[in-house]
Amino acid sequence: MPADPAPHGAHAAQPDHTGTTGPAAGATRAEPRRVAQTALRDVPWEVGVAKPDPAIVVDHVTRTFGGLTAVSVDHLEIQRGGITGLIGPNGAGKTTLFNLLTGFDQPNTGTWSFDGRDLGKLSPHQVARLGVVRTFQLTKALSRLTVLQNMLLGAQGQTGESFLRALVPGTWRAQEKANTERAMDLLRRFKLDAKKDDFAGSLSGGQRKLLEMARALMSEPKVVMLDEPMAGVNPALTQSLLGHVKDLREEGMTVIFVEHDMDVVRDISDWVVVMAAGKVIAEGAPDSISQNKAVVDAYLGAHHDAPLTEEEEDRFLAEDQAAERARREDVISSEQGRKRRTGR
Amino acid sequence: MADLINAFAIAGKAFFGFQAVFFALLAIGLNVHFGYTGLLNFGQIAFAMLGGFGIAISVSLWGLPFWVGVIVGVLAAVVLALLLGLPTLRLRADYLAIVTIATAEGLRLVFRSVSATPVTGGTRGLSAFNRDFIALAPWDTARRYDLLGTTWSGGELWVVTVGWILVALCSLLVWALMRAPWGRVVKAIREDEDAVRSLGKNVYAYKMQALVLGGIFGAFGGMIYAVGTGSAIPDQYQNANTFLAYGALILGGAARVLGPVIGSMLLLFILQFADTGLRSLISNGVIPAELLSATDVAQLRYVLVGIGLMLLLVFRPQGIFGDRREVMLDAR
Repeated sequence: MPADPAPHGAHAAQPDHTGTTGPAAGATRAEPRRVAQTALRDVPWEVGVAKPDPAIVVDHVTRTFGGLTAVSVDHLEIQRGGITGLIGPNGAGKTTLFNLLTGFDQPNTGTWSFDGRDLGKLSPHQVARLGVVRTFQLTKALSRLTVLQNMLLGAQGQTGESFLRALVPGTWRAQEKANTERAMDLLRRFKLDAKKDDFAGSLSGGQRKLLEMARALMSEPKVVMLDEPMAGVNPALTQSLLGHVKDLREEGMTVIFVEHDMDVVRDISDWVVVMAAGKVIAEGAPDSISQNKAVVDAYLGAHHDAPLTEEEEDRFLAEDQAAERARREDVISSEQGRKRRTGR
Repeated sequence: MADLINAFAIAGKAFFGFQAVFFALLAIGLNVHFGYTGLLNFGQIAFAMLGGFGIAISVSLWGLPFWVGVIVGVLAAVVLALLLGLPTLRLRADYLAIVTIATAEGLRLVFRSVSATPVTGGTRGLSAFNRDFIALAPWDTARRYDLLGTTWSGGELWVVTVGWILVALCSLLVWALMRAPWGRVVKAIREDEDAVRSLGKNVYAYKMQALVLGGIFGAFGGMIYAVGTGSAIPDQYQNANTFLAYGALILGGAARVLGPVIGSMLLLFILQFADTGLRSLISNGVIPAELLSATDVAQLRYVLVGIGLMLLLVFRPQGIFGDRREVMLDAR
């Protein structure tokens, strides 16, 4: 069972639902964070390090666009049941890696697997059916479908989605009803239930993010990949989104997310992977990352805060002045050139 | 005044005529393609031509029974849809548009070419294939019947009756599909393919199913047209008909079950009313002959339809049945 359909966790609309899901769910709730964190405690903070219980394993994946190597990852393991943050400067290849992992793009070389199953040649919908579901950086709410229809689309294994059986309502009515109930539970949890009959296109940006996440959960995924879930969302909603992401972990899902806000990353992730120029340059616990030299260099450039010696200072000053002089001469000569041209 | 009532009656006949059935079936197919699935098929007439010639060739050339001809026409449309879809449905929407418009024109040119004359009859086409079909009519097809001030031949009436039953059945099928989860997936594909893929649906298969289904509706339209005119001539199947069907679809309201049906009826009504009305006004001298001659009317009525559609898009972009809220939504 990939995920519990009944809502529970910090943002459940009806907290007493946990009673119906049995003691096992309650137990995983009691000490959720520690499961992944404890498992990762003794893992060294090295690139490509083996995890105790990896859900996704990536090996030698490269993707080039012309001469640009967008992704070149030698080895990466994602711990099951934890929240893994994927960070890196713009153009680091985070989204490309997401596209590769979910079948939206095909790599030049490399293999990757989920639960030991090779995902190499699968198309996006096949990957999704295995339980790896993603969201998009630019939210893809299905505008001219209602919120509820958006949700129902996420449900898997619907008999009514086959052409012939769609014509016989008896084959899908009961399933549709069950799916609608589950969708409404999720919508209540994401506080979108009042909007269920509105077109998704009429929602605000933040609500669309919520809807996209809720829709992904309708498919009862094992792995949720969120591409910048907090981008363009106001701070109040960010808190609620964060709560929802934490809930996913508490339901036993593996979460991978791309994010730029370091406070967010530090707050919720159990493990952080840093990419730059297509490579994984560091990984480790959230606290380890801000002290990591490779990471700081990737974000701010090497030597950005190294103290200068006096000679260096003089040299930089001289270079600056030379550059300034050259620039001024350039301006003057171009002005003279213009005068000459206009004078003629 | 009597002239106008007469024009109204003639236009009323066009409202129910087999040409309205023809456009309704084309537009129902386009509604499945464009209105629901977001596929840009600009060559719907090719499916209609295969339907019409499927019957014509099977019956008058191969001597097969009429119903076998219908099956041949449907199968030809299915094959065309598969051929068009296989290379293009994995690509962006514009590729299907390019391929369909080229196919529709190319196929017509092939059918009217000299080398195809032994099979398709070339520019003269084929005729005398609808006898079996007309013979099925439960009334005397040799007689003429007066209905609501218009005169119909028995055969015409039979074609129209069968045609509207077909339109009703096709609309019913579309309605049944679109209220089911299948319709939801297809509409979602119209909105954003990648989102649907990420939710585990095989987008390619759904697009192909929609293309085939709409193509079959188009083939039915061509069949009604062929039995209605009693002949199948390649130049009847000009691609302008595809765009008239699009006009009908937008007039009625896309992504609505009855939109294409009512749209086609109104389109034919307006065309015929403008035609007869203007002609009678000219012959009465209300419009001076130096301003407008009777030969200009045929062109002018399309100008009027064009202006009408423009006004519609400005003041009622959702068409007759559409939901304004839905149409005005930002596409993203």
